[in-house]
Amino acid sequence: MSKIKPSKGAPYARILGVGGYRPTRVVPNEVILETIDSSDEWIRSRSGIETRHWANDEETVAAMSIEASGKAIADAGITAEQIGGVIVSTVSHFKQTPAVATEIADKLGTNKAAAFDISAGCAGFGYGLTLAKGMVVEGSAEYVLVIGVERLSDLTDLEDRATAFLFGDGAGAVVVGPSNEPAIGPTVWGSEGDKSETIKQTVPWTDYRTGQVEKFPAITQEGQAVFRWAVFEMAKVAQQALDAAGISSSDLDVFIPHQANERIIDSMVKTLKLPGSVTVARDVRTTGNTSAASIPLAMERLLATGEAKSGDTALVIGFGAGLVYAATVVTLP
Amino acid sequence: MAATQKEIVDGLAEIVNEIAGIPVEDVQLDKSFTDDLDVDSLSMVEVVVAAEERFDVKIPDEDVKNLKTVGDATDYILKHQA
Ligand SMILES: CC(C)(COP(=O)(O)OP(=O)(O)OC[C@H]1O[C@@H](n2cnc3c(N)ncnc32)[C@H](O)[C@@H]1OP(=O)(O)O)[C@@H](O)C(=O)NCCC(=O)NCCS
Repeated sequence: MSKIKPSKGAPYARILGVGGYRPTRVVPNEVILETIDSSDEWIRSRSGIETRHWANDEETVAAMSIEASGKAIADAGITAEQIGGVIVSTVSHFKQTPAVATEIADKLGTNKAAAFDISAGCAGFGYGLTLAKGMVVEGSAEYVLVIGVERLSDLTDLEDRATAFLFGDGAGAVVVGPSNEPAIGPTVWGSEGDKSETIKQTVPWTDYRTGQVEKFPAITQEGQAVFRWAVFEMAKVAQQALDAAGISSSDLDVFIPHQANERIIDSMVKTLKLPGSVTVARDVRTTGNTSAASIPLAMERLLATGEAKSGDTALVIGFGAGLVYAATVVTLP
Repeated sequence: MAATQKEIVDGLAEIVNEIAGIPVEDVQLDKSFTDDLDVDSLSMVEVVVAAEERFDVKIPDEDVKNLKTVGDATDYILKHQA
């Protein structure tokens, strides 16, 4: 039997840079009230959301990703040619094939980087990060771009009281590259397909095409069931990620949960008994729930405002439709 | 050992106090969680999960909406506790 030469990767991987793109149009709760019977007070008290961004025709999934990625690449201090892999997590790119990652890799000026899309809902960033870390350590790419991007406004039923106010658009990206120290902990992740009904697209595209339904498909959810699962089951997963990384909550500097709803964030902080010294991301207030984009967008904002700093230890956890989840501890870029 | 009605009300009072900051003495059988005790529908989920742990009961989502008052919750727990 011939001997196959093994690949050679980096000892460890780390996040080297982060970038975000928020669409130019800011949408306050008043606009949401034009289509649902609700109030600014109710929306704020149940979700924390004051404003969100909605993309215009030019702010496509690819265009927003390219903007966010350009910033992440500059922040990492590398050039696009050095990128060997582009992973895009999205559920709101309406062209099934080819993968939008290929267009992004090309327009950024990478040197034919491996490029593909993944579908892991609001856990997409953690799923992509885990793949990127594997690629860097295994040696199939030196630098990998992980992008979370959504135009959820295209998948929102503005007449649905349970979701109209919740979703927003945007893109967040990180560059993952080699490290001499561990800087991305073990991922605690999984899926619970038995709960697939709790967050889902109303009907398949084909039902719309064949006229079986009049309304364009949208995301619906069983809000209370999702809330219960997110707060209590996901707090356990977050704790497992801390334990797996050997980090106690007093060692933690920053907590960046998926920005689903500020009430979920508050309850998770309580359930996890995080000390007051931990900075908690609350980007949902002005960004809404941007699914796969929410964690890198929140990370970028905390670093930009100085609430978090490079080298801080952060717990990140994403969870959503599937149901799926992914949590890990990272060193901030 | 199964909890008595008084133990359940006292336990619920502590839970509601912890979650919504309502004084324990205000938590009475006839009080409505949302109208009298400032427990909104999402805080109610937290109250339910805390009660499940404390009294060793399962309260599924579809039953939660029938628990309007402290008395409703107390009766439910009395009937379903393990
Ligand atoms: C969506 C969510 C805020 C709704 O809150 P809720 O408490 O579950 O809402 P409910 O549907 O039980 O309704 C509670 C009350 O508010 C009212 N209500 C519902 N939607 C409303 C709205 N948009 N505006 C005003 N009132 C509303 C209902 O009519 C009901 O009133 P009633 O008790 O007088 O009948 C909440 O369930 C949630 O955020 N869940 C998590 C969802 C999430 O983050 N998903 C993404 C995960 S990736």
